[in-house]
Amino acid sequence: MSEKVIIELKGLTKTFGEQQVLKGIDLKFYENEFLTLLGPSGCGKTTTLRIIAGFDDPSSGEVLFDGVDISKIPPYKREVNTVFQKYALFPFLNVYDNVAFGLKIKKTDKKIIEHKVTEVLKLVGLSGFEKRDVSSLSGGQQQRVAIARALVNEPKVLLLDEPLGALDAKLRKEMQIELKKIQKEVGITFIFVTHDQEEALSMSDTVVVMNEGIIQQVGTPEDIYNEPENRFVASFIGESNIIEAVMIKDLLVEFDGIQFDCVDKGFKENEDVEVVIRPEDIDIVKHEDARLKGVVKSIVFKGVHHEIVVETEKRDYLIHTTDYFEPGLEVGLTFGPDDIHVMYRMDWE
Amino acid sequence: MRHFTKLARPYIIWAVAIIIIPLLLIVLYSVTTGGNDLVNIQFTLDNFKKIAEPIYLSVFTKSFRLGVITVVICLLLGYTLAYIISKFSEKAQNILILLVTIPMWINTLLRTYAWISLLSDNGIINTMLNKLGFDSVPMMYTDFAVIIGLVSDLLPFMVIPIHTSLCKIDNSLIEAAMDLGADRFHTFWKVTFKLSIPGVLNGIIMTFLLSISTFVIPKLLGGGQYMLIGNLIENQFISVGDWNFGSAISLLLAAVILIAISLMKRADREDTEEE
Repeated sequence: MSEKVIIELKGLTKTFGEQQVLKGIDLKFYENEFLTLLGPSGCGKTTTLRIIAGFDDPSSGEVLFDGVDISKIPPYKREVNTVFQKYALFPFLNVYDNVAFGLKIKKTDKKIIEHKVTEVLKLVGLSGFEKRDVSSLSGGQQQRVAIARALVNEPKVLLLDEPLGALDAKLRKEMQIELKKIQKEVGITFIFVTHDQEEALSMSDTVVVMNEGIIQQVGTPEDIYNEPENRFVASFIGESNIIEAVMIKDLLVEFDGIQFDCVDKGFKENEDVEVVIRPEDIDIVKHEDARLKGVVKSIVFKGVHHEIVVETEKRDYLIHTTDYFEPGLEVGLTFGPDDIHVMYRMDWE
Repeated sequence: MRHFTKLARPYIIWAVAIIIIPLLLIVLYSVTTGGNDLVNIQFTLDNFKKIAEPIYLSVFTKSFRLGVITVVICLLLGYTLAYIISKFSEKAQNILILLVTIPMWINTLLRTYAWISLLSDNGIINTMLNKLGFDSVPMMYTDFAVIIGLVSDLLPFMVIPIHTSLCKIDNSLIEAAMDLGADRFHTFWKVTFKLSIPGVLNGIIMTFLLSISTFVIPKLLGGGQYMLIGNLIENQFISVGDWNFGSAISLLLAAVILIAISLMKRADREDTEEE
């Protein structure tokens, strides 16, 4: 990742009929960055990608590419390439000709095309597949052809629209690692769209969480996970305990009638806030050792951990732990100051 | 599965009765003499030899020439129309396709008579020309009139299959082509047209088939002297009464059409394999 901005979106809006799908997107994409647009379906992430690719026009706002507004330039003149959700390989062309399509359009010399196609097929692990019919390939292989077809044009930015959505779980994991490797190797910006938070966290340099046409948070996967800025981000990025609380003063927050030390500051005194505590950050201790007390309501084995719900006076807490606790057992709950993440209260939703 | 195939039996009997038996009879007629006299059958190949006579050969070449011209005009007009229609919203497309097919609800005979009243020497077009101070242009009983009649009659058979194959094209393929640097022109020729070829072939086969076997349109718009294969066959059966010769021509026409279709299908397959 470098410091140079390659694409900048300024005040981007998009309205389809009555429905406003983008409500003012401001975002910077850096060179060599693996950036993921993450959000539930209908949040505007795919529309944002399509506007960058040139398939949709923004209703207002600018798309700056290397500082130049490209929002009026047709897709075939943009230095970006797209990997489509359902691959969109040309059924009447074999693997080689699919990959060579873009170079042939640009009237590249035949020898150079041959060299580049061979190289890119090697990169995606499909050497020797040149003459194969695309319909004879598996989903994962078709995906690789689609990536090769886009990369062979040496775009400055590669756009990927939920490219792993159609693959099974195991293949998805493999392709995630593969994609990250490819991105490092070619050293260009990848803009990746997904609704899968795990995928976003494991692959990205930067995650952009979107909802209802608005950017909720931009940050590294660690930031997004550990320091969610609001309830939406906290709940979308994995299971969480989200608790309405009051910020008494800097470093002191009160919820469930108990005051806890925390590491957050900068809020107003007695401001209404929300607190997120990740299930794996809560420890179950003996009843008498904790200020927050409750009863084990249920326990479910999840493989690596148990998922335990502890019922306290005010609410149920979700806890992930490797230990086993009998339902009905009276327990205490503890967490450290840095396990408490204070967020601004959202008025909407 | 087994008892389902039983359900097909009435249809098999039906197909044998109305397709296979008449076809076999035509084959029989074409190699015999004596018309309906099936008692004293005499086998001969004279009926086929007769087709080779210049007067009949010229009918064949004229028919094929007109067929090809009709198909080419139908293809140019039909593809354009189908392409434009496919750009509309789904609702509008349904209405437009309905409009294309509406003429087919009216009997060919009526539609052809309508052309007569437009094209004849004292028809609507020539009357208007006269009023504007121009001389009349004789249009009836020419190739022009027959081609106009054929094209207007057969255009839906070209538009519908092409429209169907255009609608089936996944829009992301078009976007992929543009994404890879193809402008509108290249996207059309390299992707859209390629993917519509099955529809184009079906349209060509249907319009060609119908145009070389028609006899009503050339008879009405081309006049009594205007002889195409369809009219020749009709004459043999209705006016001349030489069923044997008529059958031979029919059989030859069917063979030519079958060969043409299989050649086109093969060309299509090779084309896709080559690419």
